[in-house]
Amino acid sequence: MATLNLNGNDVSLPDDPRTTLLDFLHQHLSLFGTKKGCDHGQCGACTVLVDGERVNACLVFAFQLEDCEVTTIEGIGQSDNLHPLQQAFIERDAFQCGYCTSGQICSGVSLLQELRNGDPSAVSYNSKVSLKEDISERMSGNLCRCGAYPNIVDAITDVIALERQ
Amino acid sequence: MTTPNSKIVGSAVNRIDGVQKVTGQARYAAEQMSEHKPLVGWIVASDTAVGKIISLETGLAEQSEGVHAVVTYKNAGPMKPFSNPEDEGRFTQSRAVLNEPYIRHFGAPVALVIADTLEQARYAASLVDYTIEGQTPELLTHFEGATEVPDSLDGGFEPDANSGNKPDNNDVKTSVNSTYTTPSQISAAMEPHATVAEFKNGKLEVFTSVQIIAPAVQALAVTLEMDPKDIVVQSPFIGGGFGSKLGLHYDATLACIGARYVERAVKVVLSRRQVFYNTPHRGHSTQQMTLSANSDGALVSIVHRSAMPKAKGYEFAEATGAGARVTYQSQYIESTHRVKDVDLPLIDSTRSPGDAIGSLAFESAIDELAHEAGVDPLTFRLNNLPVVHPMKGTPFTSHNLGECLRQGAQQFKWQHKPQPSNGKVIGHGVASAMRMNIFVESSAQVEIDEQGKVTVCTDMTDIGTGTYTILAQIAADALQTSVNNVTVQLGDSRYPASCGSGGSFGAASTGSAVKRACEALIDSIQSQLPAELSNAKLYVEEGKIKAAKPNAEDSATPFLITDYIPTNTFPISAIGKVSEDDTSDDEQYSCGAHFAEVEVDTYTGEVRLLRQYGMFSAGQILNIKTASSQIKGGMVWGAGYALTEGIHHHEDSASFVNPDFGEYHIAVNRDIAEMSLDFLEEPDYAASPVGAKGIGELGITGAGAAIANAIFDATKVRVRDFPITMDKIISG
Ligand code: FES
Ligand code: FES
Repeated sequence: MATLNLNGNDVSLPDDPRTTLLDFLHQHLSLFGTKKGCDHGQCGACTVLVDGERVNACLVFAFQLEDCEVTTIEGIGQSDNLHPLQQAFIERDAFQCGYCTSGQICSGVSLLQELRNGDPSAVSYNSKVSLKEDISERMSGNLCRCGAYPNIVDAITDVIALERQ
Repeated sequence: MTTPNSKIVGSAVNRIDGVQKVTGQARYAAEQMSEHKPLVGWIVASDTAVGKIISLETGLAEQSEGVHAVVTYKNAGPMKPFSNPEDEGRFTQSRAVLNEPYIRHFGAPVALVIADTLEQARYAASLVDYTIEGQTPELLTHFEGATEVPDSLDGGFEPDANSGNKPDNNDVKTSVNSTYTTPSQISAAMEPHATVAEFKNGKLEVFTSVQIIAPAVQALAVTLEMDPKDIVVQSPFIGGGFGSKLGLHYDATLACIGARYVERAVKVVLSRRQVFYNTPHRGHSTQQMTLSANSDGALVSIVHRSAMPKAKGYEFAEATGAGARVTYQSQYIESTHRVKDVDLPLIDSTRSPGDAIGSLAFESAIDELAHEAGVDPLTFRLNNLPVVHPMKGTPFTSHNLGECLRQGAQQFKWQHKPQPSNGKVIGHGVASAMRMNIFVESSAQVEIDEQGKVTVCTDMTDIGTGTYTILAQIAADALQTSVNNVTVQLGDSRYPASCGSGGSFGAASTGSAVKRACEALIDSIQSQLPAELSNAKLYVEEGKIKAAKPNAEDSATPFLITDYIPTNTFPISAIGKVSEDDTSDDEQYSCGAHFAEVEVDTYTGEVRLLRQYGMFSAGQILNIKTASSQIKGGMVWGAGYALTEGIHHHEDSASFVNPDFGEYHIAVNRDIAEMSLDFLEEPDYAASPVGAKGIGELGITGAGAAIANAIFDATKVRVRDFPITMDKIISG
């Protein structure tokens, strides 16, 4: 039986090859933390981590992920054990309606790792670009119609500061 | 009038639903009833704007794997048709669909395929074959095409208004005569409209994403010809609305008629492209203005004429001239609105109807006049402020536009422009914001148990505005307890009917209803105490309801309410109501001043925002954190309206060229730079019992114009066709 590892547990992959990871989470596992904003890779609401890297769950088929490790927002932290970025989102009010938030946080968690790794962004070659601008650039695949962008950048900046302490 | 000595109202309390939202536990409409395993409905969309379905072949789809039914006009069951002349109310009228073989706009549903899974439904939808005998769709393509006077304008404004006398030619020193155009725009809330519906024993249970609950029940009752008592609508979390979810849309009707047909729970979630066609958008506008000033730089004439499309059969027209009527003093003011009935999807409220696009045009034209008159645009605005309503002469309950402009300019450092780098130019822009305040009928229930736990219930919604939190804050202050001790339950039609979320009226109206309910609750408890204690001030502490003896010497010795009121009397509840009678007849406006600093590349025309700043006055701020976020959100929209957003129409087919996030460009994180704001706090108890005024639409009003004016300041190019894209700057 083909499986993927979701938030630490093995789950069997769906039979229908047309099922995206996103629809798999919703339809088969009733796991709704990951959101669908466009289903076309245009909004980032469905961002999850696959083997530690951010991926739009609407753009991969579930069957492609055999033996992969998938982390969704449910695996990032729990109500009584929030990830520092989840806490920072609350403190900085980095969301309003909350619909893009799971994706923003998964993207942000991945971004933190990208910075630790020294992975480049489209602006990081330029030494004049500030950390905030670099974060903004790296978060631009995650749309937020409520316009929480400045607060999202602040929340991520807070966590980076915390880590660098 | 009470003056609350509040500590919690106003303060930066974190959202009480925050943990649910950051952990992905908040349940939005499409995620509900999953234990009922709802079937999935997928829309077969019309490829023709107007016409009659002359053939419809569903057999192949019906035989396709997993399919339970294909619902079309032939089998959808009874519905009251859309747009009957006797229909009342935009949000309560019939939302019938698949009830007749006629198509009213491109992308409208021709059929609903219902299957076990989304994949099956989508595939089967491709097997439905139909032919539509089309007619040429009507659109508004030029200013003169709009000749109809709308019955009414959103916000209750008269379509046509004028005041004062036209100035003599001698009195006019400078004039501008400008025509601005704004494109069709869409709310594009991140959560696509979605509904799950199920019939059980003749009762209909619906989870949907809707901003106002009670009219949604009514609309379903009208559409499906049911008794509203048999319908429950719930909308506990809403992934953004911005006007597009004020009323129900096809997802709701389709899920209900689908559920009625297959006798199971059915879920219909719109795809992003379906959102563009099956939910409302904002019409494009052409705004012609003639503005004149005298030799002192005083405005002597404001003429604003607006032309917009109106969707056939649906009474909605925007008051784009609202700002021109109220922002500045002028000897003569004239404003007219014309519309044309068109064959487009629903045209309805999008964030700050009227002012969002009215301010783009009007505040840009005011800027033009200031430059023509040789006066600094900030000074020009300050010199032309009204004391009373410029057209009606009636007083404002409060008016802080001048202070917003003055103090805002200081904070922003209006005079100080940084040095641009090579090949770039930097500009500053300013715009005024005046947004009408609306206070409407609303109600809420507040309950307290013997341990002092407080529960607020109302069918009010939280569309991201922070309603859960501010209602808890208001109740906590009124009942002298902590926010943690208050539970807020929203978005359920079984709770007392509120005003819902929209028109920036939600917080002040429902907040006031909650305050009233708390006061009634205190009255009720006090009335059950012995006479000598009946003025005792209640508070909740350590899981007990206590009170301080009214007599000052004894105030140090509190007593337990349960010493006097038997515990089995609890929970005690009370309902609070407010109505239009609780607000002043004077002119009510929230005010603001927007400032922007932009950098423009002179070779490519690329605009980069460097800073956006705003100073706002909106009465009592109920939560400085959530209020600031909401305003910032509006300012982000302003950036999108100025620079990127616009629906492109394909005129022959009356379709949209760019109905998705790949091509309809809302601002992304990196489009926004430094953004900050301040509030001039001034509780306005004439406006509402909690002293608050609307903020949801204030943040966008003027935000885009400040950017447009900054682009002019930087480049001396005035682009009058929004959005201001690179090509328009270089060719300007
Ligand atoms: S839903 Fe996957 S990117 Fe939008
Ligand atoms: S919080 Fe609403 S879309 Fe981002």
